[in-house]
Amino acid sequence: MDIIRIKNLNAGFPTKRGLVRAATSVDLTIREGECLGLIGESGCGKTVLGMTIMRLLQPNTIISGEIFYKGQNLLALKEEEMRKLRGKELGMILQNSTTSLNPVLSVGDQIAEGIILHEGLRKKEAREKATELLEKVQIKNAAVMSKRYPHEFSGGMRERAMIAIALACSPSFVIADEPTTGLDNRTMKGVISLLAEVAKSKSMLFITHDLAAAFEICDTIAVMYAGEIVEWGDVDEVFSAPLHPYTSGLLNSLPERGFIAIPGSSPSLIDLPGGCRFKERCACSEERCARAHPLMKEISSSHKVRCHRYD
Amino acid sequence: MIEITDLKTTFSTGLFKKHTINAVDGVSLHIKKGETLGLVGESGCGKTTLGKTILRLVEPSAGTICFDNQDITRLSMREMRKIRPRMQMIFQDPDSSLNPRMTVAESIAEPLRLAGTKKQEIPKRVEELLTLVGLSLEHLDRHPYELSGGQNQRVVLARVLALEPDFIIADEPTSALDVSVQAQILKLIRDLKDELGLTCLFISHDLMVVRHMSDSIAVMGQGKIVEIGTPDEIFESPSHPYTKDLVSFAKNAVLPYKKESK
Repeated sequence: MDIIRIKNLNAGFPTKRGLVRAATSVDLTIREGECLGLIGESGCGKTVLGMTIMRLLQPNTIISGEIFYKGQNLLALKEEEMRKLRGKELGMILQNSTTSLNPVLSVGDQIAEGIILHEGLRKKEAREKATELLEKVQIKNAAVMSKRYPHEFSGGMRERAMIAIALACSPSFVIADEPTTGLDNRTMKGVISLLAEVAKSKSMLFITHDLAAAFEICDTIAVMYAGEIVEWGDVDEVFSAPLHPYTSGLLNSLPERGFIAIPGSSPSLIDLPGGCRFKERCACSEERCARAHPLMKEISSSHKVRCHRYD
Repeated sequence: MIEITDLKTTFSTGLFKKHTINAVDGVSLHIKKGETLGLVGESGCGKTTLGKTILRLVEPSAGTICFDNQDITRLSMREMRKIRPRMQMIFQDPDSSLNPRMTVAESIAEPLRLAGTKKQEIPKRVEELLTLVGLSLEHLDRHPYELSGGQNQRVVLARVLALEPDFIIADEPTSALDVSVQAQILKLIRDLKDELGLTCLFISHDLMVVRHMSDSIAVMGQGKIVEIGTPDEIFESPSHPYTKDLVSFAKNAVLPYKKESK
């Protein structure tokens, strides 16, 4: 059963200098219980994809395509209908816990907010549930900590609180947007094992540029480059036998895999080149890469790639 | 080049009830000319404070700092200003360490102007620096918000190199950047270091990165240096329990080639 099915999704932001095409014909599916890792460098459109699913982008964003959640098209829903799903059925762990949490509300109240709204509990009951949730995400002394404010939490604890907010109404699908960025190894390890625990019981979209974390948590991996999915497949296959030159490049940039940088930088999303979007930085680019835009090609039932080398 | 003996930095808080924290607690270190010393430790262990104290951006409360055989611990700010061009620091977040209202050209020209470089020579020098860090002339008139994090870090690097320093402190220069850009910037720092013969203190919480960048590694925990060794020693035979802990976490965060069966 597919819990999320994205079909031909495009998202663009109109600006003075032109349309910023943050996502171009994205097709993705996430099965019930699956954790899909979305990797790629900053600015490639990962977060935009997550925000589009939650419908949290500014109203002037130009969006086309379809996003089916359990069979219903989220993009066709009215705002009130969407509001009922958001937080209740679809949970999101937002990027950057420092700025995503409200600095003037206690952490417990921020967790309780969704519970009061969606489950109709009284404030007192919701607060008790918030404390339970904080215990669940392994915050010591949860009863005391739930009355504290975000600035009194450490980076790792804030990240845990963000997870508690996302899980408050036990959603069936969770989007985690770079939850481990900026944490040191020890804290990160704790947050990753917590997320791995969450991933066991839920379907999840895990957005990250931490490849090792993606490897540990995810079942499948989608690689995004300049607004497009360029490779999709089983986590083992993508990380041990990557097909797209960009995926190989990304893996080789890791200190433990040779520390070799990909030359150049990704194209501007306002002025995308024709043909393959990666050709300028690719060691194996050929004449046809400039001529034709490669299509997603199925190599096996568990691995797809967008590259002319596999035509 | 750098010789630090028993350095202490103390912060105190509280108006009525004084509460003191020893952020740097008796650190002794030395860095030879042309060498890179990696400084690792978890967030909050005092790495950044140590870096700032060496440059006297934060005042030490005890101990001495020797730079190129000169004790700079008690120099007045006026005297310090003469030495500062020779020691520079790259900060963590490139976006917030650049003035948002200055163009790239203005940002790189600023240290040159302050150091009294002749006005006619500045544009030429700015262009040289820009090429040195791998940016092109089209970037000259851009503002920081128009550049990516990696490009901004290159601008920061150009500013740092403008005054031809001998000693650089790089404080987590890539922790705000993603893997592919991180590899680019670190390679650039390493190449420039070799080319210009710089001495470097490289601060990071990422042990894997430090291993690739340094000639020797100092491990810091709760304001103290707990172990110093070559990268191989630290990785293969760590002796302090805290180092063992850090190494095992770092090895855990490494991407394996194959998944163990679930």
